[in-house]
Amino acid sequence: MSADQVLAEIKNLHTYFYLAEGVVRAVDGVDLTIKAGRTLGIVGESGCGKSITALSLMQLVPPPGKIEEGEITYYQTVHKTEAASTSNVIEITKLKPNSREMRAIRGNQISMVFQEPMAAMLPVRTVGAQIMEAIMLHQQVNKAEARERAIDILARVKLPNPDRIVDTYPFQLSGGMRQRAVIAMALSCNPNLLIADEPTTALDVTTEAQILDLMRALQAEFNMAIMYITHNLGVIAEMAQEVAVMYMGKVVEQTDVVSLFRNPQHPYTQALLRSIPQLDDVMARAGKKKRLETIRGMIPDPYSILPGCSFHPRCPQFMQGVCDQLAPEVVETEPGHTVRCHLYTSRSAKTRAN
Amino acid sequence: MLSYIIQRIIRAIPQLLLISILAFIIIQLPPGDIVTRQIERLQASGVTVSEAQAQALIRQYGMDRPMYQRYLLWISNIITKFDFGYSYTFEKPVAQVILERMGYTFAIALFAHIFTWTVAIPIGIYVAVKQYSLADYIVTLITFIGLAVPAFFLAMIIMYVALTKFGIRTGGLFSQEYMVQPWSWGKFVDLLKHMWLPIILLGTGGVAGTIRTMRAMMLDELRKQYVTVARAKGLSEFKVIVRYPARLAINPILSGVMWLLPWLFSGGIILEIVLNLQTAGPALYAALRNQDMYMAGAYILITGALTAISAILSDVLLAVSDPRIRFGGVEGA
Amino acid sequence: MSKKTLQKKQLGRKTRRPIPEGQEEEFYRAGQWQLVWWKFRRHKLAQIAMVVLGILYFIAIFAEFVSPHDPLRRYKQYLSFPPTAIHIRDKQGRFHTPFIYGMKMGRDPVTFRPVYEEDTSIIYPIGLFVRGDPYKLWGLIPSDIHLFGVGGGDEAMPLFILGTDTIGRDVLSRIFYGARISLSVGLVGIAISFVLGLLLGGISGFFGGVVDEIIQRVIEVITTLPSIPLWMALAAALPREWPQLRIYFATTLILSILGWTGLARTVRGRLLSMREEDFVLAARLDGETEAAIIARYMLPGFLSYIIVSLTGSLPGMILGETSLSFLGIGLNPPTISWGVMLQDAQDIMNVAHYPWILWPVPVVVLAVLMFNFLGDGLRDAADPYVS
Repeated sequence: MSADQVLAEIKNLHTYFYLAEGVVRAVDGVDLTIKAGRTLGIVGESGCGKSITALSLMQLVPPPGKIEEGEITYYQTVHKTEAASTSNVIEITKLKPNSREMRAIRGNQISMVFQEPMAAMLPVRTVGAQIMEAIMLHQQVNKAEARERAIDILARVKLPNPDRIVDTYPFQLSGGMRQRAVIAMALSCNPNLLIADEPTTALDVTTEAQILDLMRALQAEFNMAIMYITHNLGVIAEMAQEVAVMYMGKVVEQTDVVSLFRNPQHPYTQALLRSIPQLDDVMARAGKKKRLETIRGMIPDPYSILPGCSFHPRCPQFMQGVCDQLAPEVVETEPGHTVRCHLYTSRSAKTRAN
Repeated sequence: MLSYIIQRIIRAIPQLLLISILAFIIIQLPPGDIVTRQIERLQASGVTVSEAQAQALIRQYGMDRPMYQRYLLWISNIITKFDFGYSYTFEKPVAQVILERMGYTFAIALFAHIFTWTVAIPIGIYVAVKQYSLADYIVTLITFIGLAVPAFFLAMIIMYVALTKFGIRTGGLFSQEYMVQPWSWGKFVDLLKHMWLPIILLGTGGVAGTIRTMRAMMLDELRKQYVTVARAKGLSEFKVIVRYPARLAINPILSGVMWLLPWLFSGGIILEIVLNLQTAGPALYAALRNQDMYMAGAYILITGALTAISAILSDVLLAVSDPRIRFGGVEGA
Repeated sequence: MSKKTLQKKQLGRKTRRPIPEGQEEEFYRAGQWQLVWWKFRRHKLAQIAMVVLGILYFIAIFAEFVSPHDPLRRYKQYLSFPPTAIHIRDKQGRFHTPFIYGMKMGRDPVTFRPVYEEDTSIIYPIGLFVRGDPYKLWGLIPSDIHLFGVGGGDEAMPLFILGTDTIGRDVLSRIFYGARISLSVGLVGIAISFVLGLLLGGISGFFGGVVDEIIQRVIEVITTLPSIPLWMALAAALPREWPQLRIYFATTLILSILGWTGLARTVRGRLLSMREEDFVLAARLDGETEAAIIARYMLPGFLSYIIVSLTGSLPGMILGETSLSFLGIGLNPPTISWGVMLQDAQDIMNVAHYPWILWPVPVVVLAVLMFNFLGDGLRDAADPYVS
């Protein structure tokens, strides 16, 4: 498998929620590419559409949400022999959400780890039963074999005494252990893509570091791609190779992780980076009273459709007559670095010239 | 687990004590003393009561002693001799009246519950899954009306329709000819023929409430993350619903199976009276119309005690089905 | 967008909706009750329920005036008389204001039961504000004006819209008078529950400790008692020779004996949780007395819950009264209540021959249904800050 092999592609995805008082455009034209064995980080404030993008990928958008437009393509690799393998192209958006084909992908090809390890498992069934369920669903194994595999996978997520943990109930585990068990459940069928939706947000910082290390180790071991969703740029820096920054249902900037931190181009990305506390600043603040920068304003009302760029009411580089008039197109400023901002379009150049 | 059960039993003791005191107060409520009324009643029916017999009655009921001693006499008779007093309406000991009717009461209540669950639980799950659908609105409306229509109203209307449209006289548990006969296959079949209507009516009484509980519990559970996790595993929607949220939502309803016991005695009392069944409720009614208070006291005591016992059993059952309680760690989750 | 934010959005819509266009400012300044009202107004069924209940209570209050007949008057020549058909078009096809025909009585040759036939030669128009049976409104104001009826004195055919009962009394008028008892039982009952619940719940929550423990235990016992057998036993223990009014109050007291526990628990729970709230601490630091803190800071915070809890217990009381009276161990004639009226229906043969004596059933169901709708609407509106 080459490093640049495309595993999944999201094109022009629109996922809307139809509520009584209007339509929430949770995902409003997202393009993403997930490469096999690599990690794509998705970052943004809560409510920007990152989780819904992930759920759309699995066709698990809760009602009244609906994928309105766009294509999601999954390239399934079928190993015929050690050497030869062919690729099956699956149009996920063409499958019915509850169809057999779609369910064969879920938990098997693509699986997901969620934010709340406390809520991810049914409290009244054992950890083992819930892992075995997925194994028996996707693989032709009997109960005893499934149990063996469950114990094996629990060991691989570095849980102590996996043969005992398999019979415990979720509430008997600590938060970190539970998240390991949830990851084990997600990995139980060797998925090619793991979607991790803020898997460490609910954990304390030490546990978070352990889980991140574990996920990186497992990624190498299982050779899987990870779509890592977070609001924490620090975690992105640690985990991702590619990063997409989302704001109000749109990807506003996309590039590799180094470029993003070295040369952020979208004013929103720049603002996000400025709002991370820096050790230097903290030391400096001890003497002078310097406040941590925040992004001015609030995320607008989700029902509203803003003319122009959706970030313009909060943008420090807002250009009257441009940003509030015309929606910016995606511009490739450097090879592999795209941004959705008028600062980089020819139109703005003209305005600035005037 | 054992210590949990023991703890629950110890907690129930003062409760039972209070219930028994209340039941005793109810017996003493009507003005005039029981013995005088008993003697009056005997005389009215043509029996002459001698002074000695009257004294014996007074001693038997402890009327010559202070109230607290009378209570102790009453409660110790119940505990040691299972003697709840004498019902002059039925001219039998109260315990016998109630025991005779236990079988029918239990059978009808059990089947009525089964009917309620088989109807209400699937509907409750379905409308929760299809929240805001047309079916949901219709079922919600029907349950609203169902909660406003007591079972005995429904019984009256059904009996009316059965009588005028089909010429069937419903009510009772047996046809005239089998009433006093000993048990036979024919009598059994006759009983079944009469039992389905009270079972359905009693069961229907619980349907609306159970649907609403089930729907509300399901809606709570459906919002939980483990449902999405289960879907993300690739389970079919049916399996997701049945194995995950329904598994939890059904718990409180199933643990309610224990409430069957007290429900036996109070759930459908009025319906049973309307349908003229040979169950315990109508016996209480017949006794009460004559201010036959020992029967009433026994009834309250038995029902209260059954409720207390059921509460313990129900908690134990819940602990068995919910490991969170079993292992005593009800943290977070 | 995570699920949580989706919920936040839905929450947002609930508080968004009641804001009238361009009055956001007002929304943020509105008091709690204003918000409750705005939220309640969105609950269509609850509003309908409020109107229907308003009409029912109006009828109950002005029963003497609204009823076409004296509810105790027996029309001996019209025993078990079926509901009268109201016409607007006569035999010749001419239209009139609503009217009824005269009735000729015959006897069924087989059963000897009376059979009535319309006598189309006589027309009795139904009028508004007609003279009829004399009455004293609330026992004070003498009059003989009825809202509607046939009028024309004893010679005219009386108007029996819902028929008469087995001894010739007008069912509709009895339902109207019955509303007075049946609908007020609930109100008096919740008034008693309110006092008991607030007092005992308040004591329990405020003092805590041993007092709390005892009260909680008593509540626990009361809730284990079976409602209907207990009501039956208590009602049966009432002395038969008591006057009607005393029986009435005793019955409501019996009905509310079980009802107060829920309220007491709500009050206690709220008090206990509110004691920990910052605004209570702030008030305490300001030097407010405990009594003032409860009255001014805590009570307003859960008054809406009290109202919801009370509305919720109303239907049970109405049904309780109806059941007890139906069985003949609650209220009894000559008191008129919906349950008392249904005593006639205990004999299924009566129902078979004169099904109109079941009319109180739909009326009770209507009242209970409306209270349930109202209770639902109030429950939703009770906490205007949460969805």
